[in-house]
Amino acid sequence: MRAVVTVTGKDKIGIIAKVSSFLAEKGVNVEDISQTLLQDYFAMIMLVDVSELKMELSELAKECEELGRKIGMSIRMQHEAIFNAMHNI
Amino acid sequence: MFNKVEVLETIDMIEREHLDIRTITMGISLFPCIGATAEKTAQNVYETVCRKAKNIVKVAQQLSGEYGIPIVNKRVSVTPVSLIAAPFPEKAGLIGKALDKAAKELGIDFLGGYSALVHKGTADYEKIFIEGIPELLASTERICSSVNIGSSKSGINMDAVKLMGEVVKKTAELTKDQDGLGCAKLVVFANAVEDNPFMAGAFHGVGESGTVINVGVSGPGVVKHALENIPDANLTDAAETIKKTAFKITRAGQLIAKEAAKRLNAEFGIVDLSLAPTPVMGDSVAHILEELGLECVGGHGTTAALAMLNDAVKKGGVMASSHVGGLSGAFIPVSEDIGMIQAAERGLLNIDKLEAMTAVCSVGLDMIAIPGKTPATTISAIIADEAAIGMINNKTTAVRVIPVPGKDVGDSVEFGGLLGRAPIMPVNTTDSSRFILRGGRIPAPIHSNKN
Repeated sequence: MRAVVTVTGKDKIGIIAKVSSFLAEKGVNVEDISQTLLQDYFAMIMLVDVSELKMELSELAKECEELGRKIGMSIRMQHEAIFNAMHNI
Repeated sequence: MFNKVEVLETIDMIEREHLDIRTITMGISLFPCIGATAEKTAQNVYETVCRKAKNIVKVAQQLSGEYGIPIVNKRVSVTPVSLIAAPFPEKAGLIGKALDKAAKELGIDFLGGYSALVHKGTADYEKIFIEGIPELLASTERICSSVNIGSSKSGINMDAVKLMGEVVKKTAELTKDQDGLGCAKLVVFANAVEDNPFMAGAFHGVGESGTVINVGVSGPGVVKHALENIPDANLTDAAETIKKTAFKITRAGQLIAKEAAKRLNAEFGIVDLSLAPTPVMGDSVAHILEELGLECVGGHGTTAALAMLNDAVKKGGVMASSHVGGLSGAFIPVSEDIGMIQAAERGLLNIDKLEAMTAVCSVGLDMIAIPGKTPATTISAIIADEAAIGMINNKTTAVRVIPVPGKDVGDSVEFGGLLGRAPIMPVNTTDSSRFILRGGRIPAPIHSNKN
């Protein structure tokens, strides 16, 4: 099972480090990562494997949101199925 | 696989354009609940609904968390109660109250199905049941009621139309301390559908299976935003854009519906493709029409723009879902749509234009506040007009008007929350009573004879 993590907000030092070490602690494996910088607006999209997850995905999604608040970014974790459904026939 | 742009598009839709799953509605058959007495039946109804829908709120929260899309309402619809209460119609209220109690216990905001289907004729037990609706709506909090008074196949039951005018008036009077709020929970239908997930008109049809999940999606804001990106496009391209947007919205609904059905041990019923507005800015159907180029909803061109919008939404949605049903079209509830409210307040949107609009979209004259002094026969005549549009055009139409006690044109009314606010709209004050008091049944139209 895979999920998509999106991190958006004003660019600052150490975003990737903070997010990926948080995910590693939770047993989440990052499979793909891409980032864009539009002026100083930062958007990172990670495709992650959550099959080894010890908790409910909805709980981890909540924790991601909290981490986002802490570091002043918006972080979302969503099951990949929602993107597949909306953008693929 | 999806790409970066698509991921960010989905997130924008949810965060900025109010894309959400408007409702997950569990349809529950109450036929197995019929007992020897009304008391026993009410008890069975309460237990059945509590048992079957026990996890609906929990599962909705789970899905919302996993997929990152808000699920606004969790609801239940049941078999029309007039059928369950047929042996003891005087005591149907007991079943209504049991349902209200179940709804509160489950933490759901509305439960629909305190309904009767009398499109061809009114049985004695149904007449008693319908006469009890005002009292039930005044004494419960979360129960929604609907009555089907006509269909393309059977014509219009004008005796029931007459009765419903009186029922609407009485409901308003019994809830006058809340500005007639009871009427916001009462819909009079022609061609009612059996799998509608939206309130107040939801009920679980007799042709449905035991437990079904129907989902209503929404996203007027998403459609408006997509149109903002192509301000100079011609209407062919605009329709194409609406279609594509509707496809994406519906796919999200289909995904949630299937998953919810699995987790709740229910059958997946349908996805309802309606564009349902809320009184929040950026969630308005009226503003889509204005984005298409109208200065204000209600002006000339409104009906054409709405017809195109409604059709494009269906075309996009149909391919996105394996089963489409319910009402599936753009809703135009006046008090629940900020653009409609503004137009009505400026006097630019009137009931006659709204009637024309209902001929090309779902569902009908919806959430319209009218003067409290409007006679019951005039309300019946409004219902008859709407039913005629539905009957002739083979579509669902409905009337949900609120004759606000003690208020008149120039006043306004605030229902709060999703039900919004509305100025009192003028209605034609000529007398239609001789027509309504004739009673009888308007015969089914010639094109209903298809066999």
